[in-house]
Amino acid sequence: MTELIIPAIISCIVAFFTVYVMTPPLIKFLQKRNFSVRDVNKKDHIMVVRPGGPSIIAGIITSEIVLYIFFQSNEILVIMITSFIAFVIGYVDDRKVMGGWFKPVALVIAATPIILLGTYDSNLSFPLFGSVHIPVLYLGIIIFMIPITGNTINSIDVLNGVASGFMIIASFSLSIALFILQNYEMAIISLPLGFVSLAFYKFHKIPSKIFPGDSGALTLGGMYGAIAILGHVEIIAAVALLPAVINSFLFLTSVKRIVEHRQIKGKPVEHTEDFKLKATDDKTAPVTLVRLILASGPLSEKQVGHTIFKLAIFSGILAIITAFMTGTSI
Amino acid sequence: MKVGLFGFLFVMWILIITGGGILVTILGPFSISGYGDFDWILTSGFKAIFAIILVIAWILVMSKLKNWIFRKDIKS
Repeated sequence: MTELIIPAIISCIVAFFTVYVMTPPLIKFLQKRNFSVRDVNKKDHIMVVRPGGPSIIAGIITSEIVLYIFFQSNEILVIMITSFIAFVIGYVDDRKVMGGWFKPVALVIAATPIILLGTYDSNLSFPLFGSVHIPVLYLGIIIFMIPITGNTINSIDVLNGVASGFMIIASFSLSIALFILQNYEMAIISLPLGFVSLAFYKFHKIPSKIFPGDSGALTLGGMYGAIAILGHVEIIAAVALLPAVINSFLFLTSVKRIVEHRQIKGKPVEHTEDFKLKATDDKTAPVTLVRLILASGPLSEKQVGHTIFKLAIFSGILAIITAFMTGTSI
Repeated sequence: MKVGLFGFLFVMWILIITGGGILVTILGPFSISGYGDFDWILTSGFKAIFAIILVIAWILVMSKLKNWIFRKDIKS
């Protein structure tokens, strides 16, 4: 355990400062190239640059390289490759708007390194009841896991700071769960995800200076999914992600098809005169987490973000309880 | 509303744990024999179908629960 502390500290520092140092020049570069979109939740015509994916992937790759120097494990290679493929898929969508099916289908490619390098265990562990051996079914779980986590994080990237802030809470919950389960190596491999999110949050929080874009959101989600599989904490990871899962669930059950947000005509949220967010009565608009939060009355963007973070903390606590329950299976 | 969302999260969590219990206690020990080399394929196929049915049931229950908890708020 003690021999893991130094690599853990170095990789976390590298993860944090790579993003912290790289993002300001990235913002300037994107401003020069005019790669910006309007922040629709601001009263004034404020343009925000995107995507922040390049600095996020740089933080992940450099910190995982540091860990690879110490551990030389296939798991670290898989995390890097999966995250990078997710980044490339997201970057393609950032540069050229693709159809609703592109990301879920393309993200299956990001899952293939896990299968090809054999870095998985076909036993699915459940809290209290133990594990079940499902060799064929587990391949399906791997194939679906990365597209689900990637798109789920992407779908919650709707307000300033929410995707990165949510990822800080979910990923640190997952790391704590891995420590509880005494899977120390995977816990340390997972830590850079939280620190990368933390550094990016500094620029993404309200008022955002940069948006992560599809490349940033898919990178964070792809790495999260890979950690869930490699660390054998699929159920715990799903629990920590529940608010984002609810968002996707509400969206899909109301729209009843896989579609890009921009293809939806009805608006779930509108603005009051003082530019607070307010749920609409539009029957064609999808039901979303933000719309449900706003159902009791208008709130500022910051208040909605804080409510989502409270839900994320609640899920994180449930995930940690689940880890204790998994560790004490019958 | 906010309490409703926390409640919805909690029920989702309970359903995940319950579903896991069903998978481990019923599906885990299940195996088909008497078909030679095809035993493991048939067993895996059955387990996959059962798991998919569980997931569909989970989605249906969550959908009903969503309508019940948020019936006043969901206008669409």
